Amino acid sequence: MTDWIDACGTDEIDEEDVIRFDHDGRTFAIYHGPGGDFFCTDGLCTHEQVHLSEGLVMDYEIECPKHNATFDYRSGAALRAPACVNLTTYPVKIEDGRVLIAI
Amino acid sequence: MGKRDYSLLGADAKRAVETGLAAAEWYHTDIPRAQMKALMQRADQPAIRDTILLYGCMIAFAGIGIALWPSWWSAPFWLAYGVLYGSASDSRWHECGHGTAFKTRTYNDWVYQIASFMIVRNPHAWRWSHARHHTDTIIVGRDPEIALMRPPDLARMIANFLGLIDAWNGWGRMLYNAAGRIHPEEADYIPETEYPKVIRVARIWVAIYAATIALAIAIGSILPLMVIGLPRLYGAWHHVMTGVLQHGGLADNVVDHRLNSRTVYMNPISRFIYWNMNYHVEHHMFPMVPYHQLPALHDRIKHDLPAPNRSIAEAFAEMWPALKRQLRYEDYFLRRDLPPTAKPYREDFHDGALGAAE
Ligand code: FES
Repeated sequence: MTDWIDACGTDEIDEEDVIRFDHDGRTFAIYHGPGGDFFCTDGLCTHEQVHLSEGLVMDYEIECPKHNATFDYRSGAALRAPACVNLTTYPVKIEDGRVLIAI
Repeated sequence: MGKRDYSLLGADAKRAVETGLAAAEWYHTDIPRAQMKALMQRADQPAIRDTILLYGCMIAFAGIGIALWPSWWSAPFWLAYGVLYGSASDSRWHECGHGTAFKTRTYNDWVYQIASFMIVRNPHAWRWSHARHHTDTIIVGRDPEIALMRPPDLARMIANFLGLIDAWNGWGRMLYNAAGRIHPEEADYIPETEYPKVIRVARIWVAIYAATIALAIAIGSILPLMVIGLPRLYGAWHHVMTGVLQHGGLADNVVDHRLNSRTVYMNPISRFIYWNMNYHVEHHMFPMVPYHQLPALHDRIKHDLPAPNRSIAEAFAEMWPALKRQLRYEDYFLRRDLPPTAKPYREDFHDGALGAAE
């Protein structure tokens, strides 16, 4: 059975923004997309392990604050160098105004 | 610290990794997320305006230069064209390489490719070298883009005002890459998956230069080379002048850009050519802020930064004696005093470096 973790309230992330969520020694990035939808990826950039939560969300892309690599946070796809490795993504569901992630 | 070893494969590179200087956590001024988001916002409009102005002026200056050729009356137009080709291309390469100049990614990519050609920096190889420069800014043995090493090679610096070393190295590397080879130092920061791209671009460039030289031979004039290639030499001076100020004479092996980078107030023409990279501490601290927002970022964080230099001349007057002193004593550097409102950071690294300045 999937273990859903309560990450944050839906109102804790602005639309087109991201926050950091740490759990059990791991770090994640939770995104609020422009369509009001939510997503979750690993929290660290695959280039040099920088927290993506400091980066810029534009549409469905996150830009890393260190060297400006971009990822599609829905699929985790690395879109722009210097990142060559995709981000891992995790299932998300919304329940009672809370963002739950399956990790 | 003894003699510095700037090789990316040398003893200082190894030491930087062992001591945690490499890929360290760097200082950032605290900015509330909402303000930071506003500063990071992208727009196409400022860079489209600047790009039309830049390429429009280049076409006009080159056109007048060709029309007046070979009269000496063409010289001022070539000088103006050269600065835009051989210097503005440096900042366009830089900003579009970060992907921040335009909002639209393809616009960044187009201007990046054109600017890389003009400044003779392989767009794929240098994307990686510049990423390393941001990870390990002026960390000896790690940063491949240290313009002024210690002791400084002043003859080299002066020669580069006419592109006499950097441009030739760029063309040399282009031929090396076009032959299907990647230099061992490049291999230290470029992933193997990128090698074919490096080589492909180098071959396209060789074809463009070959066509230009062939045309020059065919018409018996260097005029085609005045348009393509030579302006990288006769127009290089402005980007070298501004570039050496970025970190020259300041601390190395620290993890706080306030101590190793220099912000200089500049005149509007230099700021257009340099695309606001005179706000260099700000750029390094927050590389995702686009060039057109750097003045606003500067206003927001200047309470936490050393006082900027007030002009290019003042910055040179500060840097030049320090460089001369480094000729005799390479551990010397300009100590940056933080204002009383600033937060100090990682004293362990800084004390070691600052102690050597006494
Ligand atoms: S750490 Fe994210 S792009 Fe380099």
